[in-house]
Amino acid sequence: MVTKSAATAGSVSTSKIIPLSMTALMGLFIVGFVGFSHLEVVHNAAHDTRHSLAFPCH
Amino acid sequence: MSLFRNIVFTAMVAGLLSGLLLTVMQSLSTVPLILQAEVFENAGGEAGHSHDAAPAAGAAAPADHHHEEEAWAPADGFERFIYTAAANALSAIGFGLVLVAASEALGGFKGWRGGLMFGIAGFLAVSLAPGLGLPPELPGMPAAELGPRQIWWVSTAACTAVALGLLAYTRSAIFAALAIVLLVSPHLIGAPLPPSHETAVPLELHARFVNAVYATNLVFWALLGAACGMLRARFRAGEEASAGSAAKLVSR
Repeated sequence: MVTKSAATAGSVSTSKIIPLSMTALMGLFIVGFVGFSHLEVVHNAAHDTRHSLAFPCH
Repeated sequence: MSLFRNIVFTAMVAGLLSGLLLTVMQSLSTVPLILQAEVFENAGGEAGHSHDAAPAAGAAAPADHHHEEEAWAPADGFERFIYTAAANALSAIGFGLVLVAASEALGGFKGWRGGLMFGIAGFLAVSLAPGLGLPPELPGMPAAELGPRQIWWVSTAACTAVALGLLAYTRSAIFAALAIVLLVSPHLIGAPLPPSHETAVPLELHARFVNAVYATNLVFWALLGAACGMLRARFRAGEEASAGSAAKLVSR
């Protein structure tokens, strides 16, 4: 889907695909760890952030 | 490689800045409401997650990292604030990385205004759309199983983000129709709900919390987007110049 709309935007070169997907994955991993990890310790440390960003909690 | 480095740097600076602002806004709005709700939660019986069940002991003694039954939690007060600030900054950097990567794939921010638009799209996809089905919760409020809620939340955010991208970057009626289907279907399927909504937390407290969450998140996303757009534009010129010289080196 993204590649399709990117193709219509017409400015993504193949050399960009790897760095862009790497950064996107890195970002998703960070958000996933802080906001979605089931580890009790991570949940407790990020508790107020999870509630305040309306992530599913508990 | 300079593209990767510049995106990471952009997201880090913009994320730290907006994460800091988010922390300030939260400590004035949402966090006091969370603390109030925890009073009801703890009064209302043994809740599953009682990380500050003994505030006096928690504040006095350093928390035990290797305790078997109760996992470590930051002590109330300054320590808890620091962890919240760090979690905010990390989340902001993570969101920033995804935001910049998405914008680059779609042709770039084109300045801070474009960044602001991306930020508002981020708010719609990550805060508002999932919040329509799973409103921001206070501690002590009943909720369905965590796993299914997380799946619904992530799917809703992803569907909304793709739908907004299709609406903004394509011009065909088919894609517009697909976008509307993507926007609506998570809500037709419906979020996993608890069997009972009964809670000791007052409705009025929850209403204020929901308002505070949306207000703070909107400002946060707007700043994150605008800052990403502004910083990205600064790097772009240098990046293209260095890409050109790198290409020359390779061709030699």
